[in-house]
Amino acid sequence: AVTFAGTANAADTAPNDVAFNEMQVSESLTGMPGDPAAGADAFKNRKLGNCLACHTTTAMESELFHGNVGPDLDGAGSRWTEAQLRAIVVDAKQVFGPDSRMPGFYSLHVGKNVAEKFHGKTILSAQDVENIVAFLVTLKDE
Amino acid sequence: MITRAPAPEGHPFDEVLSGWLFREAETRAVEADSFQNPGMLEVERAAEIWSTPEGTAGKSCETCHGDVSESMKGVGAHYPKWDKDANRPINIELQIDKCRTEQMGAEPYKFDAKDQKAMTALIKNQSLGEPMSVDLSQGDMQSWWDRGKDTYYTRTGQLNLSCSNCHEDSMGNMIRADHLSQGQVNGFPTYRLKQSALVSLHNRFRGCIRDTRAEFPKAFSDELMALEVYVTWRGTGLSVETPAVRQ
Ligand code: HEC
Ligand code: HEC
Ligand code: HEC
Repeated sequence: AVTFAGTANAADTAPNDVAFNEMQVSESLTGMPGDPAAGADAFKNRKLGNCLACHTTTAMESELFHGNVGPDLDGAGSRWTEAQLRAIVVDAKQVFGPDSRMPGFYSLHVGKNVAEKFHGKTILSAQDVENIVAFLVTLKDE
Repeated sequence: MITRAPAPEGHPFDEVLSGWLFREAETRAVEADSFQNPGMLEVERAAEIWSTPEGTAGKSCETCHGDVSESMKGVGAHYPKWDKDANRPINIELQIDKCRTEQMGAEPYKFDAKDQKAMTALIKNQSLGEPMSVDLSQGDMQSWWDRGKDTYYTRTGQLNLSCSNCHEDSMGNMIRADHLSQGQVNGFPTYRLKQSALVSLHNRFRGCIRDTRAEFPKAFSDELMALEVYVTWRGTGLSVETPAVRQ
């Protein structure tokens, strides 16, 4: 399916309605399982997740320019459950606290003076989040 | 060149570090060799503007200030300065505009006009090696410093990041292809190889703010002038390196 960043789908959980429970979001935001291959694409795409700006992972070894502002994500799928990973991607500050440098990718808790074209929009769509979570789950320890 | 200096009191770091230390070896070498540094061509071009009369008074900068290497030696290292007439701090760009409008009968430069960047680089280059400092005891400088500090620690944009998140908390880390420095101002205007042009400080500030997906303030607005006061203080003791060379 073709997805557009920030466009809401009627069936999706709206950003302000995402239920956090003990730092977990157990329900899929779309009600459907994500696609890990599409998730890997959204993960590296600079206009979508751009997760490589801050994270390394062996699964993305062939990509140029990995940042290291955040931890290496190898084994993230073993360290965290799917529900925890969803919570981290939706709004990392709910998991790591308000001082986290990781942006909230499906959250409207944003900084000051958001540029007009991003008003009321999330960085990723619900579908992108589900795809990325499905990809993160595959990052298992050997 | 002083590229590391003990931080002033109240600074979050023990040591302030020039952006030069964070760049690749080739980029550093190009900056350090004034014959290779492409920014120096703009400085030389500005030296001609310095002695060219402009405006209704028929004067050039040289008419009043004489030899730039004497009259402007060490001047650029101590801006922003309190300006009594404007009742706010001004930077070198605005001081040049002040002389153009009040002394020469010329138009102020448009923000980021090629000549504005070149003239600013010329003045700053006369302080090459001189340690930067700002005098916070002049006028209301202290309250502008406070305001700049507020801005520095305020998260902006959809990415919800502050200057400090990148240049303090993540200093030394890579963010994609960029090695995060302390975000010091001592090399401005800098020469960017990618753009083959000088880049002004307020352009850089605006670029960093835009990258958080926020609206960015106008160049020379109170908000960015306060930020310039504060960030310049954060680099106290570093040598002026204008025109520094960047990727
Ligand atoms: C601007 C920096 C930044 C970006 C962009 C970023 N992160 Fe993070 N991430 C962090 C930081 C920093 C942490 C460490 C926790 C903390 O201190 O907030 C982190 C932690 C994590 C963790 C937990 C790490 C572990 O193994 O314990 C996961 C999973 C994660 N990020 C996934 C992502 C994904 C997926 C994206 C893109 C959709 C992303 N991050 C984008 C900065 C970032
Ligand atoms: C007719 C005289 C005159 C001309 C022409 C003139 N200036 Fe000035 N300049 C002054 C005076 C007087 C001051 C100090 C008072 C002030 O700040 O306006 C000054 C101050 C300065 C300073 C600040 C010096 C310091 O110690 O802080 C700079 C920089 C400067 N001028 C640059 C220039 C440049 C560049 C030009 C040409 C574009 C120029 N001036 C043209 C009279 C002139
Ligand atoms: C999302 C990360 C990020 C944020 C937020 C950010 N910057 Fe930057 N900044 C960078 C990067 C990347 C560079 C280029 C590499 C370097 O010099 O650190 C840079 C460069 C700079 C430079 C040039 C340094 C040099 O030596 O050439 C200055 C000055 C600067 N930033 C100031 C600021 C200020 C002030 C703020 C807040 C208004 C800010 N930055 C916010 C990422 C950021």
